[in-house]
Amino acid sequence: MTQPLLRTPLYDLHIELGARMVPFAGYDMPVQYPAGVMAEHLHTRTKAGLFDVSHMGQVRIRPRSGNIADAAHALEALVPADIAGLKPGRQRYAVFTTDDGGISDDLMVTNMGEWLLLVVNAACKAADFAHVHKALNATCTVEMLDGRALIALQGPAAEAALVALNPAVAAMRFMDVAEMALAGVNCIVSRSGYTGEDGYEIGMANEGAETVARALLAQPDVAPVGLGARDSLRLEAGLCLYGADIDLTTTPVEGALEWSIQKSRKPGGARAGGYPGAQIVADQLADGTTRRRVGLRAEGRAPVRGGAELFADEAGQMPAGRVTSGAFGPSVGGPVAMGYVATDHAAVGTRLFASVRGRLLPVSVVALPFVAATFKR
Amino acid sequence: MTVYYTKEHEWLRVEGNEAVVGITAHAANELGEIVFSEARDPGTTVEQGDSVAVVESVKAASDIYAPVTGDVLAFNDALTDDAALINRDPEGEGWIVRMTIADATQLEGLMDHATYTALVG
Repeated sequence: MTQPLLRTPLYDLHIELGARMVPFAGYDMPVQYPAGVMAEHLHTRTKAGLFDVSHMGQVRIRPRSGNIADAAHALEALVPADIAGLKPGRQRYAVFTTDDGGISDDLMVTNMGEWLLLVVNAACKAADFAHVHKALNATCTVEMLDGRALIALQGPAAEAALVALNPAVAAMRFMDVAEMALAGVNCIVSRSGYTGEDGYEIGMANEGAETVARALLAQPDVAPVGLGARDSLRLEAGLCLYGADIDLTTTPVEGALEWSIQKSRKPGGARAGGYPGAQIVADQLADGTTRRRVGLRAEGRAPVRGGAELFADEAGQMPAGRVTSGAFGPSVGGPVAMGYVATDHAAVGTRLFASVRGRLLPVSVVALPFVAATFKR
Repeated sequence: MTVYYTKEHEWLRVEGNEAVVGITAHAANELGEIVFSEARDPGTTVEQGDSVAVVESVKAASDIYAPVTGDVLAFNDALTDDAALINRDPEGEGWIVRMTIADATQLEGLMDHATYTALVG
């Protein structure tokens, strides 16, 4: 039996805006609006795009002791990121690791002062909640915030558009988080996102989501953007999609996510290890890995998609890896992809061949991101 | 000049013993901006329903199925540098592939313009 698709509080607005809705992680979500993926992508890079990401999971972790450090230390047993060192009003990227060093999801962690807020992927949220609840229940209350929506405002015009609702957002820096009223709705605003552009993610109770979304859409440079452009934007920004570029079979080191393991959690650090698979990750940090996630740029115009096999030779005899995400990059003006390649083929500039419809197309290993980030640090 | 349509949203224009094949305006609109297209190599024999070409949007690749059995004669070279021509003029300059018609009786199983228009509303 098929479960009926869930709807976010902005469902009616999407329909009103002419969105094409598709099933995604159990939700009926807008993949694009009448402007189309290409125009929505470029609008986000030049002005500001408004995204509904209310399908994502939001989890509140409250320390039973009342001491936030207890919650932070408890969460560090599940993620390699430095949570204890995360200051109030700050956000950080993290991954949940498994005993064999794989990744069971990636997430954003915010120190809300008296509690921690996790934002996790929609497809993983039930499993993530169970995982966190089981591990932290002794020391913390763990709560799925089902009644909360999340929208993202991304692009160079995002600041001006949000300032029109509350001037306080101008002073925020990348990964700052603050509670404030927008259009009369209490919101949690972070200066972050998934496009490589400056911008904000805005959480609020479901009831207030449409008010805030409409107030933002009323700003001159803001247009709605669907999941289609969200994917091409994040790919150009070199950001991983869980389930494609990282998963249970990839470690943070193979995934080129060492930057998400701060010094305090690395071998020799004050709180080194202590998370699932820590020894495997430590060994990989020291010795390297046999494969690595890299950026790939096709020489021709044919997009190289996720799943394409990579070879070291034009004859396709020497397997070198596999593409995990690929699309036409509207801002790059050509095909962009990410994938895993054997470490001896991972150096920038290495020429490989991707199998596309039986043809071997030349691609080059390139540095990520494809489009430079414009975060306000 | 007779034009036929398929339920997979291809059109086929009969020119003597040959067919010019493309995608309908409805399909082009559904796919969004097309960024790349290519066809099977000239000389390749394709059966009715086989993939004869591909069109790609930002997000996905879509197969174009041969409306009839025949040999690929040519790809529309204008699409090499400007695949979005398919969006601008899908049933004209944005044709995709020229092929032979091996068995003209297959045309009888295709739709005429009125039937196709009714199908896509």
